[in-house]
Amino acid sequence: MTLAVHPLVLTLFFPLVGFLALLLLKEGQKSALRWVTLIASLVTFGLSIWVTVLFLQNGKPLDMDLPWLAFGDLEVRLHLGADGLSIAMLLLTTFLTPLALLSTWTAVQDRVKGFMMFFLLLEMGMMGVFLALDLVLFYIFWEFTLIPMLFLIGVWGGERRIYAAVKFFLFTMAGSVLMLLAIIFIGFQARTFSLPELVGMREVFAESQMLLFAAFGIAFAIKVPMWPLHSWLPDAHVEAPTAGSVILAGVLLKMGAYGFLRFNLPLFPEATRTLAPWMAGLAVIGILYGAIVAFRQTDVKKLVAYSSVSHLGFVMLGIFSLTPQGISGAIIQMVNHGLSTGALFLVVGYLYERRHTRQLDAFGGIWKVMPFLGALGLIVTLSSAGLPGLNGFVGEFTILVGSFSSPALGSGWFAGISALGVILAAVYLFFMFEKVFLGPVKHAENAALKDLTFRETLVLAPIIALIFAIGLFPQPVFDLIQPSVDGLVQVVQSAMLALH
Amino acid sequence: MLLSETALPDPTFALVPWVVLIPVIGLLLNLMLGRRFNEKLVGAIASLAAGGSFVVAVLLTLALTRHPEGFTYTVFTWMAVDGLVVDWAFRVDTLSTVMMLVVSGVGTLIHIYAIGYMHSDVRHNGEPARFRRFFVFLNLFIASMMILVTASNYLMLFVGWEGVGLCSYLLIGFWFEKGKDGLGNAKAAKKAFIVNRIGDFGLLIALFIMFFAFGSFDFQTVFAQVERVAQSLPWVLPAMTLFMLLGVTGKSAQIPLYVWLPDAMAGPTPVSALIHAATMVTAGVYLVARSSPLYEVVPLAQNTVAWVGALTAIFAATIAVGQRDIKKVLAYSTISQLGFMVAAVGMGAYVAGIFHLVTHAFFKALLFLAAGSVILGMEHSAEHGAHGHAHGHAEADPQDMRNMGGLRKKMPLTFWVYLAGALALAGVAPLAGFFSKDEILTAAQSFNPTIFVLLILAAFLTAFYMGRQVLMVFFGKPRTPAAEHAKESPPVVTIPLVVLALLSVLGGLLNFPGSHTLGHWLEHTFHTVEEGHFVWAIAGGSLAVALLGIFIAWLIYGRKPQTSPKAHDPLEAPLGGLFQGMARKWWVDEVYQAVIIRPFEVFADFLTHPVDLGVIDGIGNGLGSLTRAFSSLWGRLQTGFVRTYALTILLGVVTVLGYITYLALR
Amino acid sequence: MPLFYYLALSVIMFTIGVIGVILRRNALVTFMSLEMMFNAANLAFVAFAYHYQTLSGQLFVFFVMTVAAAEVAVGLALMVAIFRTKRSIDVDQLSSLKG
Repeated sequence: MTLAVHPLVLTLFFPLVGFLALLLLKEGQKSALRWVTLIASLVTFGLSIWVTVLFLQNGKPLDMDLPWLAFGDLEVRLHLGADGLSIAMLLLTTFLTPLALLSTWTAVQDRVKGFMMFFLLLEMGMMGVFLALDLVLFYIFWEFTLIPMLFLIGVWGGERRIYAAVKFFLFTMAGSVLMLLAIIFIGFQARTFSLPELVGMREVFAESQMLLFAAFGIAFAIKVPMWPLHSWLPDAHVEAPTAGSVILAGVLLKMGAYGFLRFNLPLFPEATRTLAPWMAGLAVIGILYGAIVAFRQTDVKKLVAYSSVSHLGFVMLGIFSLTPQGISGAIIQMVNHGLSTGALFLVVGYLYERRHTRQLDAFGGIWKVMPFLGALGLIVTLSSAGLPGLNGFVGEFTILVGSFSSPALGSGWFAGISALGVILAAVYLFFMFEKVFLGPVKHAENAALKDLTFRETLVLAPIIALIFAIGLFPQPVFDLIQPSVDGLVQVVQSAMLALH
Repeated sequence: MLLSETALPDPTFALVPWVVLIPVIGLLLNLMLGRRFNEKLVGAIASLAAGGSFVVAVLLTLALTRHPEGFTYTVFTWMAVDGLVVDWAFRVDTLSTVMMLVVSGVGTLIHIYAIGYMHSDVRHNGEPARFRRFFVFLNLFIASMMILVTASNYLMLFVGWEGVGLCSYLLIGFWFEKGKDGLGNAKAAKKAFIVNRIGDFGLLIALFIMFFAFGSFDFQTVFAQVERVAQSLPWVLPAMTLFMLLGVTGKSAQIPLYVWLPDAMAGPTPVSALIHAATMVTAGVYLVARSSPLYEVVPLAQNTVAWVGALTAIFAATIAVGQRDIKKVLAYSTISQLGFMVAAVGMGAYVAGIFHLVTHAFFKALLFLAAGSVILGMEHSAEHGAHGHAHGHAEADPQDMRNMGGLRKKMPLTFWVYLAGALALAGVAPLAGFFSKDEILTAAQSFNPTIFVLLILAAFLTAFYMGRQVLMVFFGKPRTPAAEHAKESPPVVTIPLVVLALLSVLGGLLNFPGSHTLGHWLEHTFHTVEEGHFVWAIAGGSLAVALLGIFIAWLIYGRKPQTSPKAHDPLEAPLGGLFQGMARKWWVDEVYQAVIIRPFEVFADFLTHPVDLGVIDGIGNGLGSLTRAFSSLWGRLQTGFVRTYALTILLGVVTVLGYITYLALR
Repeated sequence: MPLFYYLALSVIMFTIGVIGVILRRNALVTFMSLEMMFNAANLAFVAFAYHYQTLSGQLFVFFVMTVAAAEVAVGLALMVAIFRTKRSIDVDQLSSLKG
């Protein structure tokens, strides 16, 4: 397929078309700016559906490999590929972006043009991360997502936005620089940056794989975020605008977990195997720590931010269980977390738009005043808490079952202690729900709040639908990612065998 | 989508998903279109949905009489990841049909009752529009409970298990802006959910162990491998059964996780009747009964279960004696009776346990509903009656038994059905409770004499506190104007009461000594059922104990009834501290608060402030400050003076040239 | 005359020039010292050219003188511009790039 027609390129770079269209508009044409961006993101979503259909039809991953830069015999190529894992992430990205845009229709009123442009660039960067199969290309897109996010937080954010934006940027950058070192090292050793080739010739850098694992691992761990590198997240989430929070929680955090799955496991399987209990241990700490600290927050967005730390701890545990159930559960939980936590931020955002405060004490009795938001908020809370029948349970349960029986972890204690997270999740989530929605209406300002508008419902509806759909019929997602999962498990297991 | 390979022995079996789907349709109808319906239509839809579920259950039971070995109907595969395969599959066998009938049967009656009750309640609380929501939640409950009892694998059971927990939360906190300080109901609901979650944690661990050892959650698959696993991995079965017990103590309100149930009385009375008396709380008993092949192999677990049940039975009974809220007495009574059931299934007397489950559903639901009728009467008369009395301050608590008295003349129908329920609960022959309790006592006597003694004591106390309650509420003279003007409740409230009363009286026939209908029916599922004996000595003894309890209650409360609502309970003086303990539920909640909740909060605060903000964030911010300090330190090199720069250049040149010269000269 | 004498003189002149650049605050004196450094270099070039009987050293002096002239022109123009705002040609006062 030629460059112009390949679906991956089209999907990946379509947001640029929107970006260029926005350049032609003026700041004053706010409505046009919003519509152009929305349409661009919807078209991108449509294109990603097309990519999914192609993948399901062909049965094998899509691939596109073109030459780009060459340094003697060392090449950086434009190598894009989509397997089940990438497609799940791609769909999550292109699904959440239009919803995030729609949710922020009235919230952002100044410098709308800049906001929309950054949003499209961000979408492109995120898609690039999930589709790149060349190490340098991956790194470029990885860094590419930092700049729009920096501006989105720093310009359109809350009071401490500069601090939060700079903190976010520096934390992530520090990790990425280590990753760059590792990439250059690998490139020089193996004389190629192409991921599939590198997986096949692992022995070339096999002696240094512990260090390489650490270098990549730190970059990804900061992004996930794993305890104790998580402290950028609460500030970033609190200060970011609603749409920014939705995308940050929904997609950007997944880039870290994706990185582990795409790079650390296949390229450094022996190191993975050796370090798995340690990583799982950190994950368990993250699960419990995030839940306990979330319980004591007074700012509802910070509460949800810490809940993300907890939920993504489950994802990390699943990944490092190195079992089919664990990894499948982790991937499906990546999707689920994007949906549930994205929806939670939307609910919080709607409340913030009305009352301009995020303090838990400022609310109370909202279910009486806004019954529809209360009902939808309850569904999203339950999804986050992992109620069976909703999406969260499917991921959490498979992760825990996989971790319990995992030979790599070697002990049921990881899963056993993490299961306490189930209790703790109920504690902080129901605490939040009670503080915000239940009880009498204490503050007079709350009594006059209007319930959800059509636009706001339109944004939440698809997410709620998916929450039920994935909870009751998760099998299609499992089927989609199964070849990728099997591939990963196989690589790690064959390395384990070779070790002994 | 039908995945089961074996052909249906009877086409009726294919109806089983409808026990779940009909209530779901009911709730969706009320949810989407209910705003346009009037109250009667909403109530009718919900009741018909529950009734429809009952009809399907009856059809399934009839089909089972022809094929008693049962059938598993698989609809589709829920999850399939490598070795983990879980289906949405329904199990129709004698045990599940008993549960289905109880849940949907009693459930339908309660739905009908609730139409009348909630009509009053939503007006009493000033929110007529919330009527619809109540019935949506009730239908959701029926659907979830049905999933629980028809599940053919443990994971699907867990879905129903948590589902009923959710419905419990929604219904306890139905009046979420009311209660103590406006938050009391919401807090009670949260307590219920979280305590249940602790139990669920136990059940989850059991499930993990199950998958690890058996590779499946399906009942048939697991039970078939019990022998093999008991040999090869001896720790598995004890661990699994004991963790499962933790789940049981949560859902079925046993020690140590029973504390949510008394608080759950904050919900409207139909909720207490349906969820916290008749059905949801029995899920734990059902779980142990269903897992009988697992427990049979682990005597340690069986003993533990039996002891937990027996201790809970006596402990809760003592608390019930000291309560003065009509619903709290019934709540602790429920915990106590659940203790009987749990003890029974722990001892291996599954038929006795299930029998008591069924009879208890009848008379406890009856008692709660009748208590609701009493409360309605008290509320109404406080609102409409008492003409000419300007009660500026808060009126008398309609649930406080001290404010009642003499109601048998004011609400005769309620009185008679209440009496029937109370006698059945106390275990007076020939009402239903006598037979079911007797079977349990018989089993206990041969299992463990101490447990037998505990249960006999609990039975005595049961009769005593029920006698106390009936006497305080219905006999003597009305103690407050509210009681003075109480009136009987409308038929939509009283008819279900009559039906339940009949069931309480006649329910003993289900497993009458000699015919043992239920026993034979359940034999097809349990396979290890012993023929229930009828030991005259024990039967006579338990009857005597019950009558003794009632007699002593009459001596204390009946002969000289209290006349003032503020008078102290006659037991308070003689028992002193003991009575305080009973009235204050032995301070268990306070102990939990001090030993578990407060330390947790302190720990959470510690993690949040000094650790997270101080240390971890501090490291990040500290690095930033360090960098800034460094940069300002080095920045001092840039003095801005050109001459300094020139000097630096000179020094640099001299050094480099000097070094090169030195090298050249060597 | 031995080469050494010329080189010694050149070094002394250069050093004096360097000290002048570093120690004097007046910009014009700095430029004069700079000229001295240039001339010291010129002297060295010519001395070597004479010693080794080659013309290239002497030619190079022309280059140096041209560059010196150009540099002084630019430098003096800068000083005039600065004097307009600062009313002083004290080099130490041009320290706004501090830190």
